[in-house]
Amino acid sequence: MKLAGENPDLVVLDADVSASTQTLHFGNKYPERFFNVGVAEANMADIAGGMASCGLRPVINTFAIFMSLKCTDQIRNVLCYNNLNVILAGNYAGLSDSFDGASHQSIIDIAIMCAMPNMKVIVPADSSELEQALKIALQIKGPTYLRICRNPTPALFENDEPFKFGKIRKVREGEDITIAACGVPVYMAIEAATELAAKGISAEVLNVSTIKPLDIKALVESVSKTGKILTVEEHSVHGGMGSSVANALVKHFPVRMDMIGIRDTFTETGPYLELLSKYGISTADIINKAENLINSQ
Amino acid sequence: MDVSKILNEQDRIAKANLIQYLAQQCRVEIFDILYKLGNGHWGGSASAAEILATLYFCIMNIKSEDPGWPDRDRLVLSKGHAAPMLYAMLAHRGYFPVDELQSLRLLNSRLQGHPCMNHTSGVEMSTGALGHGISTGLGMALSAGILKKNYWSFMIVGDGCLNEGQSWEGIMATAKFKPSRFVILVDYNKVQLDGNSDDIMPLDPLFDKFKAFNLNVCSKTFDGHNVKDILESWDWIRDNYEKPVVVIYRTVKGKGVSFMEHNHKWHGAPIDKDSYDNGRPELLARLKELEAEL
Repeated sequence: MKLAGENPDLVVLDADVSASTQTLHFGNKYPERFFNVGVAEANMADIAGGMASCGLRPVINTFAIFMSLKCTDQIRNVLCYNNLNVILAGNYAGLSDSFDGASHQSIIDIAIMCAMPNMKVIVPADSSELEQALKIALQIKGPTYLRICRNPTPALFENDEPFKFGKIRKVREGEDITIAACGVPVYMAIEAATELAAKGISAEVLNVSTIKPLDIKALVESVSKTGKILTVEEHSVHGGMGSSVANALVKHFPVRMDMIGIRDTFTETGPYLELLSKYGISTADIINKAENLINSQ
Repeated sequence: MDVSKILNEQDRIAKANLIQYLAQQCRVEIFDILYKLGNGHWGGSASAAEILATLYFCIMNIKSEDPGWPDRDRLVLSKGHAAPMLYAMLAHRGYFPVDELQSLRLLNSRLQGHPCMNHTSGVEMSTGALGHGISTGLGMALSAGILKKNYWSFMIVGDGCLNEGQSWEGIMATAKFKPSRFVILVDYNKVQLDGNSDDIMPLDPLFDKFKAFNLNVCSKTFDGHNVKDILESWDWIRDNYEKPVVVIYRTVKGKGVSFMEHNHKWHGAPIDKDSYDNGRPELLARLKELEAEL
């Protein structure tokens, strides 16, 4: 809301999920800059493209799965091809719409967005990162995808600790293994590192909140010290943050690596954390995989 | 006797004749270029020649020397495969040298196979994948409202565009948000890539469809190859500027070469030597006729 007041060019579009994405509050305060286009995501993305071509700064909102799949053509051929200043807010990302089942769970959106030239991809780990990322995205040239989780997550960063676009944040120093996480699993990685420390393993935790462009320098700096890396994300292991990290390290500094994420499968209905755990994303899974990676040398 | 009215009418006829001539001249240029190139979309380009020429030379308020002028009128060619004809108009309107048309579709050219706004001066929106025009145009028209500007936003859609579900999403949203000075122009040649639209995906009754979607559709269907008729449609559009409007133009795919007209095979097929040799004299004969009327 504060950003909306500061940015008269900011317009918000929603596809009939404004009660869920909370954009209705913007709509109530700034009705002349709010457009609910109904359940028509493709249309929403292109209207935003047309607006951006005229100098406005549109933010489009829907669930991450619909953002990445129902308007892929529009994102690619209009927003990215023309490098238009549009923010794509993909809500309810990962498994966060847990009770609604696989049709609403978004586990390939990072893969799709990263494959688009000109797209920037940000996965905030907590609400302070999201707020700062939105502010920064409004200044960035071209389209930016903000991947947003629905469920309450622990606050990891103080508001006065600035989020830097395109930079990895080192959350914890370590010597034996690098654990690179993004989104909700960042707090799991921090918990895992604490427990690993009790077992005499020193884990370095990186918060990879910008996946594209990737902070390769920080990654190389970390793995050149630890010699191994475990990535953790609430996304398919095919094409997600782990794949981007692997892509970079295989060229710049190959080390032993493992990935935590959803395997090549559809997910299902259930309580959020239990569901994540069923698909191998939990503090216990991180500890387990980290130990395996260390012991396999 | 109102002499000024007659003089205005004479001026209008003279202008229409000039645009009619220019459209045919562009048709000849594009026919030559596509033949030489061995690819590109002749059918849809020929179909849109007069509509584009009238927009660029008589209707739209634009400055080729200042392509980014914020108050300029916008045109989105939703049927992006007609890019050659759009480029011909832009070149003749001064956005880039006419000679540059020869680089169409070649490596390192600014003239991509389908329109790209970041490559070509004067192109307002990249198109090619069908169905993007109405939505992007609606975004432009809504922006005019937010930015307190009075520019017009014109969309040219074809049969194929209207096959796309997104077009109808855009039409529904147009009827909801009702921006002023927003014009959907239908280049209705009733032929698409695979055959006649009536066989591939019937759109009729098209007027009734737009009407049922709560848009103001002009009850007259205009001849999209007659510039005087197109100018008459502009009179109606201007009178109805306060809300979005739709105008349907009856057009002919491949217009100007008798054996290519109404024939889906010339949607994007290369122009072979025989067809070129037989078709070009027809185009030139018509150009000569139009020259005599100037």
